[in-house]
Amino acid sequence: MSQATLEQKAAIEETPERGRAFGRHYLPFAYPALLITAAVIVFPWMFTIYMSLHDWKIGQQREFVGLANFVKLATDGRFHEAIWHTLYFTVLAVVLPVIFGTIAALIFNERFPLRGFLRAVFILPMMATPVAVALVWTMMFHPQLGVLNYLLSLVGIPPQLWVYEPSTVIPSLVLVEVWHWTPLVMLIVLGGLAALPTEPYESAKIDGASAWQMFRHITLPLIMPFLLVAIVIRTIDALKAFDTIYVITQGGPGTASETLNIYLYLNAFSFYNIGYASAVTIVFFVLIVLLSMMLLYLRQKAKWS
Amino acid sequence: MRRLLRNIGFGFSVFVIVSPAILVMLWMLSLSLKTEVDNMSFPPVFIPSPPTLVNFFDVFEKNRFDTYFINSVIVSGLATLVAILVGVPAGYGIAKAQAHKLAMLTLIARITPALSYLIPLFILFQWLGLTGTIWPIVITHLVITLPIFIYVMIGYFESLPADLEEAALIDGCSLWQAFRYVALPLAKPGIVVGAILSIIFSWNNFIFGAVLGGRQTRTLPVAVFNMLTFEQVAWGPLAAAALLVTAPVLLLTLFIQKEIVGGLTAGGVKGG
Repeated sequence: MSQATLEQKAAIEETPERGRAFGRHYLPFAYPALLITAAVIVFPWMFTIYMSLHDWKIGQQREFVGLANFVKLATDGRFHEAIWHTLYFTVLAVVLPVIFGTIAALIFNERFPLRGFLRAVFILPMMATPVAVALVWTMMFHPQLGVLNYLLSLVGIPPQLWVYEPSTVIPSLVLVEVWHWTPLVMLIVLGGLAALPTEPYESAKIDGASAWQMFRHITLPLIMPFLLVAIVIRTIDALKAFDTIYVITQGGPGTASETLNIYLYLNAFSFYNIGYASAVTIVFFVLIVLLSMMLLYLRQKAKWS
Repeated sequence: MRRLLRNIGFGFSVFVIVSPAILVMLWMLSLSLKTEVDNMSFPPVFIPSPPTLVNFFDVFEKNRFDTYFINSVIVSGLATLVAILVGVPAGYGIAKAQAHKLAMLTLIARITPALSYLIPLFILFQWLGLTGTIWPIVITHLVITLPIFIYVMIGYFESLPADLEEAALIDGCSLWQAFRYVALPLAKPGIVVGAILSIIFSWNNFIFGAVLGGRQTRTLPVAVFNMLTFEQVAWGPLAAAALLVTAPVLLLTLFIQKEIVGGLTAGGVKGG
């Protein structure tokens, strides 16, 4: 997305008004896609708002209740807990992949034998089917027979309960998420590193700068826009994380790893409480949009300064 | 000497960053090739000796894996086909018209949680009497395939030089003809990359099939998840099933890594 948007921006600035006016003739090419988008994306949004204003259980009479579902959310302790779980999960699942992904990108930016193949191996986790890897992690987390506790025992660390213990379940799920999505951050940052100019490094070397100084004062500021893109994408994805959490814990033990998305799913498809679930959806969506707008605003600010 | 040390250090760091990916995949392979006795022993048995295919036979015998496989192929195939049919002209139109607001729409589709499409569409499919058939799954998978595909195509058409089409327009071609006979043939590599990415992310998707799939129509990831809930004790068949589902994607990634990495960085995309 990063490069595409940058290119688009440059294109706007360069194109004279006449070119843009002519461009309108091309819009009919997009109509069929727009029609489908309207059917499967815009319609559901409208309908969600409608449903959220009703007391609506599948198989029962629905009744218009106005904002009652939202009022109920304000006092729903399980919902508030889910918000905290989501934020806790998201902060960890953004910060760690961004750090590891940047380190990996710096390594893959060098030239070395088998680089293309190893880069493909590195991105395997993000391409793999989430349900499949979640299954393997579930087996690895097993307290008695899991390979993770065996590896810990080799270095003298006592066995952990991982996802079977409320206090460690979210960090354990973050571990899976970090493994899963660090490659995406790596790819975005690698795109940024590939576009770096060489001159600043040459003059810095002549001035006797250390490797760390060059990274801190040249590389980091230049790849900042890409890091922010990675942070925005990672934030959105971490907030939406579902497959691995649902497969590994289904929100448990108890409700210790119940994020907004899981709570939403349970309301809709286990309790069949469609109206209430729609209200949760709307709050969830607003939260995602607000957070991503905030991050995009930061990105703009970083660009201007 | 210093240079050699540096190289060894660098090689070691490469090894460290790729090992988590390799180890988890190898562990999946190892679990799938061992007997249940070996899988249940502690300390774990790492290398299957001798390796056995019994788990794979088990998966096919006890489940209708072939049916689910065909379901997955139909869903990913049809959803990607529709994405290609409407997405190529859409990507072209948006790139040429520089319709950034329309491009934003695909971005918003990426931001939205899958469940927020799923609840209203679930109700709608019930009213239409489509639940239990494969069509709801195909239709909802358009939410995944279409945005990815359009985004890749926008990037691709923007990178194509405009001279050839302009020459065609000056020679009296209509916009449609310029698209059909000039831009489209040039766009083939972009279409291939976009199609592969949308097939992969549709293939991997769990939640749409989990909610909308019936006994006959579930996709592979859903079938594998159901194995977990029903036979939690047997690790071998579970790992074998997981491997069967994800192996095509992993092999595809390794074989055409250049195109996939190119498409991913151009689009900055990933499925819902």
